[in-house]
Amino acid sequence: MIDIIEKANKEALEIIQNGQPTLIGLGVAGEVIPGMEKDLFLHAGPPITWEKMSGPLRGGVMAGLIYEGLASTPEEAAEYAASGKLRFEPCHHHDAVGPMAGIVTPRMPVWILENTAYGNRAYCTLNEGLGKVLRMGAYGPEVIKHLQWMESVLYPVLKETIEIHGPIDLKTMIAQAVQMGDEAHNRNKAATSLLIREIAPCILKTSFSNEDKIAVLEFLNSNDHTFLNLSMPAAKATLEPAGKVKYSTIVYTMARNGTEFGIRVGGLGDRWFTAPAEIIDGLFFPGFTKEDANPDVGDSCITETLGLGGFSMATAPAIVQFVGGTPKDAVRYTTSMYEITTEESKAYKLPPLNFRGSPTGIDIRKVIETQVLPIINTGIAHKDPGVGQVGAGIVRPPMACFEQALEAFVNLLEDEGLLED
Amino acid sequence: MSVNDLFKQELKVVNLGLKSFYSDLKSQGVTTVQVNWKPKAGGKKNMLNLLSKINKVKQS
Amino acid sequence: MTIHTSIKKNAYYDSVTLMLLSRQLQELAGVEDVLVGMGTELNLDLARDLGLETGEFDTLTPNDLFIAAKIDEAQISMKAVEDAFNAYLNKSAESDSDEDYQPPSLSSAIQALPGANMVLVSVPGQYAAAEVEDALDAGLHVMLFSDNVPVEDELRLKQKAVEKGLLMMGPDCGTAIINGIPLCFANAVRRGKIGVVGASGTGTQEVTVQIHKLGEGLSQVIGTGGRDLKEQIGGLMMIQGFESLIADPETELIVLISKPPDPSVAEKIYQIAKSSPKPVVIDFIGGDRKAIEAVGAIPCISLEDAAQKAVKLLRGQEYEDFTGFSLPEEQIEQIVEKEAAKLKGDQTELRALFTGGTLADEAMKLLGDHYEIYSNIPLSPEMAIENLPEGRGHICLDLGEDEFTRGRPHPMIDPQTRTEFFESHVDEKTAVILVDVVLGFGSYKDPAGAVADSVREIRQRLSNQGKDVVAIASVCGTELDRQDLNKSITTLEAAGIIVLPSNAQAVRLTDKVMQRIMEKGAGDVR
Repeated sequence: MIDIIEKANKEALEIIQNGQPTLIGLGVAGEVIPGMEKDLFLHAGPPITWEKMSGPLRGGVMAGLIYEGLASTPEEAAEYAASGKLRFEPCHHHDAVGPMAGIVTPRMPVWILENTAYGNRAYCTLNEGLGKVLRMGAYGPEVIKHLQWMESVLYPVLKETIEIHGPIDLKTMIAQAVQMGDEAHNRNKAATSLLIREIAPCILKTSFSNEDKIAVLEFLNSNDHTFLNLSMPAAKATLEPAGKVKYSTIVYTMARNGTEFGIRVGGLGDRWFTAPAEIIDGLFFPGFTKEDANPDVGDSCITETLGLGGFSMATAPAIVQFVGGTPKDAVRYTTSMYEITTEESKAYKLPPLNFRGSPTGIDIRKVIETQVLPIINTGIAHKDPGVGQVGAGIVRPPMACFEQALEAFVNLLEDEGLLED
Repeated sequence: MSVNDLFKQELKVVNLGLKSFYSDLKSQGVTTVQVNWKPKAGGKKNMLNLLSKINKVKQS
Repeated sequence: MTIHTSIKKNAYYDSVTLMLLSRQLQELAGVEDVLVGMGTELNLDLARDLGLETGEFDTLTPNDLFIAAKIDEAQISMKAVEDAFNAYLNKSAESDSDEDYQPPSLSSAIQALPGANMVLVSVPGQYAAAEVEDALDAGLHVMLFSDNVPVEDELRLKQKAVEKGLLMMGPDCGTAIINGIPLCFANAVRRGKIGVVGASGTGTQEVTVQIHKLGEGLSQVIGTGGRDLKEQIGGLMMIQGFESLIADPETELIVLISKPPDPSVAEKIYQIAKSSPKPVVIDFIGGDRKAIEAVGAIPCISLEDAAQKAVKLLRGQEYEDFTGFSLPEEQIEQIVEKEAAKLKGDQTELRALFTGGTLADEAMKLLGDHYEIYSNIPLSPEMAIENLPEGRGHICLDLGEDEFTRGRPHPMIDPQTRTEFFESHVDEKTAVILVDVVLGFGSYKDPAGAVADSVREIRQRLSNQGKDVVAIASVCGTELDRQDLNKSITTLEAAGIIVLPSNAQAVRLTDKVMQRIMEKGAGDVR
């Protein structure tokens, strides 16, 4: 005999463990993302309105509007955004994820992934690189120029590259990277290297000019976080089918929109449980302090939801320096995550823990019982639009999200008469 | 395992509470672990209530 | 303010190290702004934005490390900044904090520690019972240090423990030594053949320390918690412990220590003693001597006496009640004369300030007949400390009791409470100060030092009125304890404190000095 929650959780974990995230190509957001429309922008995190958006999201929206040609100055863009002519929805509602502000506009090129074990797809824009970029809320001319280059050069070259290469098994690539010091959220250097190595010959085989090929290779190479925009949708594609498992207490989404942190739980379908996002404790670039920081933002903690990122910190000890820690602390952080998860990953093994599988399947009951919250490695954006990244560090979701979810879960069980008296 | 069995074993101690007890044991070379103890569910009554309810879910 | 750039060609450090470095250098006096980075466009732009650009920027490649700094040359030189940079990098890897992983719950701890057989619980009382229950369910023995655990929970948990053949020592159990390992508040004593079951923490400590002093050792020392011998609990752990020592091949003699049990419980224990194949020494402090003798067990008149008899019995020697002193009678008389001579006629009062509850109790029992002592553990209700007439009269306090430890550490852990009582309760009418100094695990690092300091302060204070005071102490400890018995004695004697080898002897000496003062009457004591 097994109780219905245990049964549901077993099912959810099977789904998660069996996921096969695969890169199958590239497309344009407006053409390939389900439900994408001309007057719709997607954003990171749970639902939010323009009025409630923080600096980075607003900046990203403004940049998006200029890029789409719907406004010619930031002021015009802000007016447009506030006018009601533009709709906003979470990336998550459209099988997509976005790092930091996570703004997706119809023209933007996106990676297309498929979870070949279950057939569901996931999408993510291409990573712009470091510095003043749209995802950090920057909207200056150089931002737009760069987006246009990505659209006109980077995208077509990569699209043809993957057509020539064929699908790429991202699960294996992430598994390898995790054994090379990456954790697939804040540390993507190894995976980016593996990706470039894999596709470089095919880039050369494409029909584009040498100049374009060189520019593409140099760009990919200049940006250690190229792979982040693949590890995120890989995690998304793996987790999404677990969101349909009735009576499961496993978390299948964690995301922030710069104002609120939200989670979603298998047995509670697409309901969001939100609370104010935290300010991150971390290391700031010279010239910046905690006063400049925006609250936690981005869909990138989908990696932690899968057991990567902060959960795999033991295998990427460089990250722990962000809070003045040591490699031993990194191991401690990961070890504590086993207290709140259900199984060890069959794919992602961590060498410093004797190749123990990463902690997988966050259970809301365990979070509340142990009071141990998931640990997330993240970048820190400036609170004002247009400035960019100001640091990096460690953050946790608010306990309130899990408490609300537990309460909703028990109510659901009570309503369906599933609790013994 | 009875009391007299304990007398024949190597003492291995789990410490819940004052850290000094753990430190004293460690200093004597005793195998011991310190629990980072917090009241279950942070001692919050409503959460404890929900947890005990959810533990009474029916079998399938 | 001047701007400088230092360049290290072909040096690589990862971005995180460099960010940490920038932060360190930023804190140097005289550095207004500094950026350390590899010579990438991004970093150079960042440096430019901070106003740190110099001509050298053009020569930088992404493989070069640069330090761009704006400094006040009056306070610091660029060379000093570079030196600090190098020093930071050369610093050997910070020794890892020695902290091992701390699992967040009992269940994960049990998983993390295969073969775990004992759980030590000192979490707040309201949560303790649930943890103890989980421990017993998992088949582990328990030492429950926490107090404020409801008696119904204690009963239920002890019944479960007995059913499963497990120890549940407590609640409010401060002392145990299992398999030679001191737990919570206990002294370092040699291993040996005497087994002890004690319902009283410092009482157990005193007995084990005295046994050690006499050259014997302890096989097992089991605590029961202070409430075990009440009728409601029925002596469940005392019985469990007693029976396990009877069955223990390493134990040749058993000592039981407690305040007098409720009659029905005493009866159960006597029955077990009656049929015990091993000798049993019973110190039910102030209890019924005849009943103990009637079942073939050996009664005691003090904790020291219990230890003495246990050792003598073990060695097959003759024993008798130990009512005197270790020092010869004449020496004791000399000490009494000398000390009493320090006092003026109006100094008549006793101030006994104890950190160990059972030691305070023993003092009260030994002195009780001769004096009217006000106390928070009075021998009769009228002598409750609250009834003290305008602060005048003899006082004996157990400073470890609840009313003195609200929001404060126990006085064995932190001497501050007793220090304050020395200041407030000892005055020009005080004749004798009597204290216990408890060493061992769990205790303060230098309890003797704290007492010595207080006594010196008191003598200083009283000398302003042309007065002195008598101070008497015993040290409950061994030479193996980290606070070191001999060092502690030396520290106390250096402050003019008379140190006796046991609590009972210290109390007896106090009695003698007080009697001497009373004999001489008001007036000169010379």
